[in-house]
Amino acid sequence: MKIVNPLISFLSNQTPDSDWYKRRIVIFLCFVISGFLFLFIRLFYLQIIDGENLRRLSESNCIRLQNIDPPRGLIFDRNGQLLVDNRPSFDLSLVPRDAKPLDSTINYLAQYARISPLDVWEEIEKNRKQPSFRPILIKNNISRETLAVLEAKRFDLPGIFVDVRLRRLYVNGQSLAHILGYVGEISSAELKSEMYSGYRRADLVGKSGVEKSFESVLRGEIGGRQVEVNAAGRLVRVIRTVDASPGNNVFLSIDQNLQKSAEYLLSGIRGAVVAIEPSTGFILAMASSPTFDLNMFVDGFSQSQWQSLVSHPHHPLRNKAIQAEYPPASTYKLITAMAGLEEGLIDEKTTMVCPGFYKFADREYRCWKKVGHGPVNLEKAIAESCDVYFYQVGLRLGVDRLASYAKACGFGSATGVQLDQESKGLVPTSSWKKRRIGIPWQGGETLSVAIGQGYNLTTPLQLAVMISIFANGGSVLTPLIVKKIENASGETIKEFTPEIKGRLPVSNKNMEILRKSLWEVVNGRSGTARIAIIDGIDVSGKTGTAQVFSRKTETEREERRAEHLRSHALFVAYAPSVNPKIALSVIVEHGEQGSKAAAPIARELISTYLSVRSPDKN
Amino acid sequence: MFDRRLAQNFDWLLLIIILLIVASGLMTLYSAARAGLETTQSFFFKQLLWYCLGIMVMISSFLIHFKRLDYYAYAGYFLCIILLVAVIFAGKYVAGARRWLVFGPITLQPSELAKLGVIVVLARYYSRSVTMDGLRLRDLILPALMTLVPFLLIAKQPDLGTAMMILLIAATMTVFAKIEKKALIAIMSIGLICIPMTWFLLKEYQKRRIMTFLEPDMDPLGAGYHILQSKIAIGSGMLSGKGFLKGTQNALSFLPEHHTDFIFSVLAEDWGFIGSAAVIFLFIFLITWCLNIAHNCKDQFGIFLVIGITALIGWEVFINIGMVMGLMPVVGIPLPFISYGGSAVITKMLCIGILMSISMRRFLFEQP
Repeated sequence: MKIVNPLISFLSNQTPDSDWYKRRIVIFLCFVISGFLFLFIRLFYLQIIDGENLRRLSESNCIRLQNIDPPRGLIFDRNGQLLVDNRPSFDLSLVPRDAKPLDSTINYLAQYARISPLDVWEEIEKNRKQPSFRPILIKNNISRETLAVLEAKRFDLPGIFVDVRLRRLYVNGQSLAHILGYVGEISSAELKSEMYSGYRRADLVGKSGVEKSFESVLRGEIGGRQVEVNAAGRLVRVIRTVDASPGNNVFLSIDQNLQKSAEYLLSGIRGAVVAIEPSTGFILAMASSPTFDLNMFVDGFSQSQWQSLVSHPHHPLRNKAIQAEYPPASTYKLITAMAGLEEGLIDEKTTMVCPGFYKFADREYRCWKKVGHGPVNLEKAIAESCDVYFYQVGLRLGVDRLASYAKACGFGSATGVQLDQESKGLVPTSSWKKRRIGIPWQGGETLSVAIGQGYNLTTPLQLAVMISIFANGGSVLTPLIVKKIENASGETIKEFTPEIKGRLPVSNKNMEILRKSLWEVVNGRSGTARIAIIDGIDVSGKTGTAQVFSRKTETEREERRAEHLRSHALFVAYAPSVNPKIALSVIVEHGEQGSKAAAPIARELISTYLSVRSPDKN
Repeated sequence: MFDRRLAQNFDWLLLIIILLIVASGLMTLYSAARAGLETTQSFFFKQLLWYCLGIMVMISSFLIHFKRLDYYAYAGYFLCIILLVAVIFAGKYVAGARRWLVFGPITLQPSELAKLGVIVVLARYYSRSVTMDGLRLRDLILPALMTLVPFLLIAKQPDLGTAMMILLIAATMTVFAKIEKKALIAIMSIGLICIPMTWFLLKEYQKRRIMTFLEPDMDPLGAGYHILQSKIAIGSGMLSGKGFLKGTQNALSFLPEHHTDFIFSVLAEDWGFIGSAAVIFLFIFLITWCLNIAHNCKDQFGIFLVIGITALIGWEVFINIGMVMGLMPVVGIPLPFISYGGSAVITKMLCIGILMSISMRRFLFEQP
């Protein structure tokens, strides 16, 4: 019989007929039946032949899975000094299914381990929804004495286990707290996210700093074993084991000596320090004050301890070096000067007269020096930080041209340092203001922006990157905090090399003019940072004083103002002036004047770093 | 318009088999959902809801003449492809993969629908190009492309199990259409050369993943442990089972994915050899009946459609049950009509509706 189908009538007479189809269908049926026969045989084997054995296994539920945690990678400084270590912690846990009878076991446990039975019940209650064969952590880091007692009394304590887990030990808990970061139990939000696929409940993960941004490097691979246990939950035999492989070690670019002196110099005051190797972008020191103790996070702390950390008025948990945004103040004049030079609006000879104020649109914009600087050229304008000079350069440039130079220095965008939660800062432009505030740009605002006030915002790290660019002659580098990664047996896996993001659009001649001016700031007869002079080391830099509060009356003096209204003190510097080895930014919150509060810190750090380094320099 | 003969020819037997399988599935799901968290308890009711919707889909699809699918084959296929692309870009991320699209309260798994899309489009193609001499190599280029696109999109999610399923269905339909001997030799030799070559190109971790996929024992902490627990659960059912809602392995959450991929273990534990053999027998009966529908069908497109749908159901049942008993690699293939899953329910009920549509029109030759 032919198939009646007009659609295929055009095909040749090879078109299959229905018998052809029927034959093939029968062949298929044979395959299906023989295939499913296999399933029957297997089912018969499992349930009838092996059934008794498997029923026994199911009744004792004795095959379990135990995790083996890998040792987390260690963290060192650039010279191989250990910063973060692991230490064993004895953790007490309970398997509800094995701890029968639960009542008396918990009472014994409370008695031997000197803990409250109510706490134990509470933990069990919290984990009600977990399968009953899964261990519940009762208390971590029990003492060795308690451990000895529990081991001696183990027959009273079925289902009670003490596991040795490795926990973090921060060799110097207060030091580098923001950079190293802490680890904690994975949150349910993190568990769901793509970044943490393969993680399990109760796993420890990096929560901030390098611990977080290098989580995948530090973690290692979790191992585990299939084990058979007896009715009390004790191990009878190990069936299969998969070893854990330890995490990789991370070497920071931080120099611990420099870091410690930065932290020492900042202690008691609020602010941040960032020091960078200008030729490579490696961060030598990054300090933020006030700080906190990382070791507090290891064993968990009480609600009140946490509250006092979080609600502290000076935010110790914040890494001010990358998260706080400050007006760049007079350090920004370097950018205004560069833009003026490059756009051909001024040259090194351009002279302007500073009578102590500049009149624009019926308003007087003051210079910080009330009596005025008199006639100033560019070098003097930078060295003495004349506001009036840069008001005029700024006006000639206009805000948008100025902004493009600021952006070229890395302002207004994240530097890309390998740390979490970096702030971007802000470079105002006319279109930005229209978009965000809805009002067109006002000419007077350009004046404030030209001297680094107004809407301008930068992080201390951005300032350090900016001054590094001038230190190395124009290369914009990504700041790096990690130098290399080694595996557990000490082989280098990855070496970080300097990443040049671009070059500053500035000619060599103009760069030299600017660098000369920066030298004058420190070494010139009336430079603002003469306090930073060091015997035997040539230092270049620029001071800044960021107003927190606009000056209302002439008579009001800084010292008499309430502390939180005082200006921030800024200083950016590099040394030696030729072939610089270190570039840094220092910010002291409410420190009043850059020259007074910030420059001395920079001087100390430069001399610490360069005098230690001098032996290997030759 | 509606023909009285259609109602007379309605395939009651198919309906009864499906209802029996669905009933045993819901019962098992009720048992499986009893263990663990509140979220799993709602699976039973959600599944019930999906079946209500599924039955409506089934009814509306058997009322429509199956030849319409021939007309809309490519439109449906491209819709599936668009959904699969959307999953890659906008899919919801769950446990290491993007497989779901979220529309308000409903999450859709487009890869389920894509299986049917490929079946329809291949049925259309083969019904036009089939000859008694078999397909030549150049006849196979287009179907190969039509299979590979969804295959790659699904493998990218990654959902290796479903991607392989698409390949298996396409291969089954192609073999049914018959391949010329020369072409068959060519394909085999290409395969023999390519497979070892790609193996060398793979990275170490990719090789390891494929090895544990094929040999779960190599992963004693993951798949290997799951299979072991699944075998314990199935075996402990013995001849007559522990009884409805009495399974302990399931209740204690030793079984992973007990409402989806490993649901057969729950069934086997509760009902023992008698119950699980009965369910396997129901599936064999279903497949045989499907082939019988193809046997009686007088339309080439219809025959290929039935073969494709039968391959879909047959392979999924075979691989899933084989997997939970430790005969097959651990792939994420659910058991049709029994495992939890809205998209799967709707797709499978749509398939059954199409089978009914073909079956009830076996004596009719009119065009839609």
